Amino acid sequence: MSALLKVDGVSRRFRGLVAVDQVSFAVPEGAIFAVIGPNGAGKTTLFNIIAGVFAPDGGTVAFAGERIDSLPPDRICRRGIGRTFQLVRPFPALSVEDNVVVGALMKRSNVGAARAHAHEVLRRLDLYDKRDLPAASLTLPDRKRLEMARALATDPKLLLLDEVMAGLRPTETDHIVAVLKEINREHGLTILLIEHVMRAVMALADRVLVLHHGAKIAEGIPTEVVRDPAVIDSYLGVEAVE
Amino acid sequence: MIGRLIEGVPRRALILLGLLLVAALLAPLVASDYLLTVLILIFYFAYVGQAWNIMMGFAGQLSLGHALYVGLGAYSAAALFVHFGIGPWIGLLVAVPVAALAGAFIGYLAFRFRVGGVYFAILTIAVAEFARVGFDHLNWTGASAGLFLPVKQYAHNNLWLLRGHPVMFYYLLLVATVLAFIGCRMLLQSRIGYFWLAIREDEEAARSVGIDTFRYKMVAVVISASMTAFAGVVFAFYYNNLFPEQVFNIAQSIEIILGPIVGGIGTLFGPILGAFVLTGLAETLTAALAAIGVDIPGAKQVFYGLCLLLVILALPDGVWPWVSRRLGLGGDGK
Repeated sequence: MSALLKVDGVSRRFRGLVAVDQVSFAVPEGAIFAVIGPNGAGKTTLFNIIAGVFAPDGGTVAFAGERIDSLPPDRICRRGIGRTFQLVRPFPALSVEDNVVVGALMKRSNVGAARAHAHEVLRRLDLYDKRDLPAASLTLPDRKRLEMARALATDPKLLLLDEVMAGLRPTETDHIVAVLKEINREHGLTILLIEHVMRAVMALADRVLVLHHGAKIAEGIPTEVVRDPAVIDSYLGVEAVE
Repeated sequence: MIGRLIEGVPRRALILLGLLLVAALLAPLVASDYLLTVLILIFYFAYVGQAWNIMMGFAGQLSLGHALYVGLGAYSAAALFVHFGIGPWIGLLVAVPVAALAGAFIGYLAFRFRVGGVYFAILTIAVAEFARVGFDHLNWTGASAGLFLPVKQYAHNNLWLLRGHPVMFYYLLLVATVLAFIGCRMLLQSRIGYFWLAIREDEEAARSVGIDTFRYKMVAVVISASMTAFAGVVFAFYYNNLFPEQVFNIAQSIEIILGPIVGGIGTLFGPILGAFVLTGLAETLTAALAAIGVDIPGAKQVFYGLCLLLVILALPDGVWPWVSRRLGLGGDGK
C-alpha cells in the first residue's frame, strides 16, 4: 500500500512553546490510523497543520504525492481531506439536512444532486429522521455524527476525526466504530483519528501513533503500542492495559 | 424555472403573494398623491433592504455604509445625464460598475486582511464617509452645493429618460422589488446561497468543507452593491437633486438597514415587510403630527428607535418569522 498522507519532520511552535516536535509518519491508503496521547500532547495542532489551519514551522505534509503544507483549509478540503472539529461546529441555524447539503455541494454544482447525496449520507449515520431539525437543537452525540456526515458528504479520500467518540456512551461508540469500519471497507476511505477512547482505538485502528509533549514516542499496531513501557508511563497508566 | 421557483412554497403563501401583488398594482388608482409618495418610499426601502440583506442576512457581513452604493449610483447616472445628456438606463452601465468596484474594494481590503465583524462594519462606514467628504469637494458634480437634474413639465411619462409622474417611479420600484425578491430566492436555492449561509453560520467550518470564503463574500458584496446602485439611479431621477451631505449620510445607511432588521434579517420577505411597517408607520406619524399642528424635529428618528427597541425585545428574529408562523406559512419565511 502506498502512503496517502505523508507527514515528514513537522514542527510547530507557539510563542516558544513547542506544540509539535519533528513528527513523522505515513498513513497508507485505505488504513485507519489513530493518534493518541495525553491532553496537550499536540494532537489537535498536528491535525490543524494537516487540515491547513496552521502552516508548520518546519517539515512537510504531502497528500497523494503532492505537498499541501502551504495550502488554506478550503483548498485542502477540495484536494480530498475532510475533517471534524474537536469542539463541534455545525452550522447552527441550518437544518441537519442543509448542513450536509453544504458539504455535498463541494463536488456537485446541482443542489438536487447534492440533496440526494446528503440523504444517502444521513441514512448511513442514522440522522435521516432528524434531517429537518435545526442543527443547534441536536444532542452532542448527534452533533458529532452530523459533523462526520458533513465531512463525509464532501467525498473525501482521507477523513480526519478529532475526538468524535469523546462524551459518547459505549453503545454509541460501538455504533460509530461499526459505521466507520463499514465506510472504510466499502469505499476504501482512509481515516486518521485523534482519540482518547481506547475502546474505539483498539477496535478500529490498524496503526497507532503516540504523541507526548509534541513528539512521537511510539508507533505500531495497537496491541504492541499499548504494551510499550513508554506509552504506559506517559499516557495509559497500568490499569488500561488489562 | 417557475416550477422550481415556487417548489415547496405553501399554497396559502402563493395566494397571499398574488393578492399582495394585485393590491400593489392597483394601489395608484386609489392612492392620493401623498400616499403615493409614501408607497414609493416603501418600495425604495424594500428594494434596498433586500440588497443589503444579501450581504448581512445571507453572507453574514454587516455593512453600515450602503449609502455609499446609493450615492455612487445616483451621482454616476445624474452626472452623465446633466453633463452629457446620457439617459439613466445607459447610465446604469456606469453606475453599477462604479458601485460594484467600490464594494469590491471594501471587500478586498476587509476579506484579504481578515477584517471581520465590527471592524468590517466600521470600514464600510469609513469609506462611505470618505465618499461624502470627497463629493463635497468634487466640482464636477456640484460639490456641496448639490447636483440638480433639469426639471420640466413633461406632457407624458418618459420611461427611457425617467422623466415623469411619480406613478411611473412607483411601478418601477415595485417591479424592482419583485425582481429582487425572485432573484434573492433563486440565489438562496442555489449553490452560492448554501455557501453564503454556511459562511454566515461559521466561517471556519465553511472553509473546512472546501468553501473559498473570500470569493463568496466578494460575490455577495458585489451583487449587493450593484443592486443598491440601481436604487441610487432611481433616487437621483426621482428627487432630481443630490447633496453629498444627504445621500452619503450615515443616517441613510442606517435607514436602509432598519427595514430588514425589523422585518427579519436573512428572510426573503422580511425586508419588504419591514419597509412597510417602518416607513409606513413613520410617515403616518409624521402626517398625524402635522395634522394636529405639532412639529417635533426628530420625531421620526425617535419612532425608529422605539420600533427597533420593541422588535429586539419582543421579536429578535424580526416581525416576518412571527407573522409567517401566525399565517401558517412555515417558519422560515420563504
